[in-house]
Amino acid sequence: MVSEQERKIRVLVAKPGLDGHDRGAKVVARALRDAGFEVIYTGLRQTPEQVAEAALQEDVDAVGLSILSGAHMRLTEEIMKLLKERDMGDILVVLGGIIPEEDYEPLKKLGVKAVFGPGTPTSEIIDFIKSHVK
Amino acid sequence: MVFMMVSKEDVLARLKRDWEKGSLQKTLEKTGERRARFITTSSRPIARLYTPTDILGFDYQEKLGFPGQYPYTRGVYPSMYRGRLWTMRMFAGFGSAEQTNERFRYLLSQGQTGLSVAFHLPTIQGYDSDHPMSAGEVGKCGVAIDSLADMEILFRDIPLDKITTSMTINAPAAVLLCFYLAAAEKQGVSSTQVGGTIQNDLLKEYMAQKTWIFPPDPSMRIITDILKFCTKEVPRWNTISISGYHIREAGSTAVQELAFTLANGLTYVQAGIDAGLKVDEFAPRLSFFFNAHNDLFEEIAKYRAARRIWAREMKERFNAKDKRSYLLRFHTQTAGCSLTAQQPENNIVRVTIQALAAILGGTQSLHTNSMDEAWALPTAKAATIALRTQQILAHESGVANTIDPLGGSYFVEALTDEMEEETYRYFDRIEKLGGVVAGIKQGFFQREISDAAFRYQREIEEREQIIVGVNEHSTGEELVIPVLKIPPEMEKRQLNRLHQTRKNRDNSKVEQLLDRLRRAAEGTENLLPHILAAVKVYATVGEICDALRDVYGEYEEPIIF
Repeated sequence: MVSEQERKIRVLVAKPGLDGHDRGAKVVARALRDAGFEVIYTGLRQTPEQVAEAALQEDVDAVGLSILSGAHMRLTEEIMKLLKERDMGDILVVLGGIIPEEDYEPLKKLGVKAVFGPGTPTSEIIDFIKSHVK
Repeated sequence: MVFMMVSKEDVLARLKRDWEKGSLQKTLEKTGERRARFITTSSRPIARLYTPTDILGFDYQEKLGFPGQYPYTRGVYPSMYRGRLWTMRMFAGFGSAEQTNERFRYLLSQGQTGLSVAFHLPTIQGYDSDHPMSAGEVGKCGVAIDSLADMEILFRDIPLDKITTSMTINAPAAVLLCFYLAAAEKQGVSSTQVGGTIQNDLLKEYMAQKTWIFPPDPSMRIITDILKFCTKEVPRWNTISISGYHIREAGSTAVQELAFTLANGLTYVQAGIDAGLKVDEFAPRLSFFFNAHNDLFEEIAKYRAARRIWAREMKERFNAKDKRSYLLRFHTQTAGCSLTAQQPENNIVRVTIQALAAILGGTQSLHTNSMDEAWALPTAKAATIALRTQQILAHESGVANTIDPLGGSYFVEALTDEMEEETYRYFDRIEKLGGVVAGIKQGFFQREISDAAFRYQREIEEREQIIVGVNEHSTGEELVIPVLKIPPEMEKRQLNRLHQTRKNRDNSKVEQLLDRLRRAAEGTENLLPHILAAVKVYATVGEICDALRDVYGEYEEPIIF
């Protein structure tokens, strides 16, 4: 039996929307895995429902969204709403991709805990998730 | 009588050893070198110095030849940029057809010489703007094109018999080509007069860009249908833009970009031949699209090696006789993945270096990225600076005055040879896997690329790669630059137009033609005439792709990270 403390942090790395840019998501997924996380990668072109459902089914501790298409506001809002509907409103959600700085605040208001732009070291993402997962 | 033959090379090799053991050694003992190893952006080790000993037995005529002559290492045309500069072709597209039409006409008025269309993701994925998957994506990554109605607006007041247009479109390439032909026809321009390019390179989609719709086998069938159709009906069209750009953006090394792209190209040529075409009927209309990353010399060597390998393969493997089949003509785009969000103005300098590589490498056309693209789509000002960068290189730097100025450089020639050899090693591996399509199904390319991407990221974090403003000389403060915003009303207007189009057209005719297309897809008839017929009665990209989805299904990739 694995005790609660020994349980690895489970992270869902998700690519919602039509965006096919998966380089960043895969690099981050691999870095998290190397750092000892349990990583579930959704693959491309997931609907917000699929992302929320995967988060629930996989019982993850954190969700990392990767969006480079400019559709981040709409998709994130929808995903946050669907997570709440599944009683996962307090789960850690972080976002990476091509995100204009002026959208950082509105995203945080939606409940996104961090936005990681281009050039973010993977170590920063790892540390952030480790210290923010409840 | 016996002569002791001491070649010049032997003497030189000895002198080099003397130098290494002598003055170099002393200097190294005193001060050392900055790094334990010097590598390119692709982790390729680079030697301290290149001399004739690195290109032993170099045969000018065999390796280089003259410009416009086999093996075309020095360039595909005899006079290159002294005759005509490369085409300055800026990739543009955002929001509605009206907005992008305005940007096109502005770029043309600023001296741009060809158009290049960026479509929004729903079009790229074969969905209409009102599909549930399109929510939030309309007009964001490119221009929203649902039907011929949008295409007519996109090219309003742009004479399609005088301007050539490149369209970055893959899975629905046949549909967009038909939109273009139908829009041209409305201008009174026939399909034999129009010139342009569709990307239509699905193999690299499975490897890297990931905007596939159908599985590989039907995709190859659609591609060969396009080859056949254009050979007869649209003779000035570049039917496939065989693209390394996205392979590189996904994280590959320079040599992986080179090898995988050429392997894809050879696969298309074989497919055309297998479909009953003669190689010289369609090979001259194949063109290429490469990335230009930061490492100047490695990029230049990549383009030179590409030309040489392609010419040889076309001649020796496929027995092409028409010299135009030998020519690797290519478009270049500077590396989007090299742009930094930090200190964005620095990107102007990066783009300049990358554009220089493309020009020194003999590109036929060039897109230069804008400094703000790690944040959003470019503003008009940022796009203008990027265009000006090309114009300064063309007119002020002097690099366009002579052909292949780096030809004969010990370093560049050694690097060109090295990349050529590595490419052939990849060809062997791919052949052992059963070819490109088999390799894709096994996840070979995807794994190679994601391994390289991960290694590069690690090199940055371990500071083996220095990125100014990111892991060196970073100020910690962000410079906020103005970014392009797509107003949310845009989506509503686009949906209105789409619904209007569906209301005004003859819907029973549309249904009838879509049914006919489905039947053609189930059989072996060429799909293009059927798609064109449907397009002309304003069937949408989503409807046409759905008809094909009904027959072919959708591809699902193996998940590898």
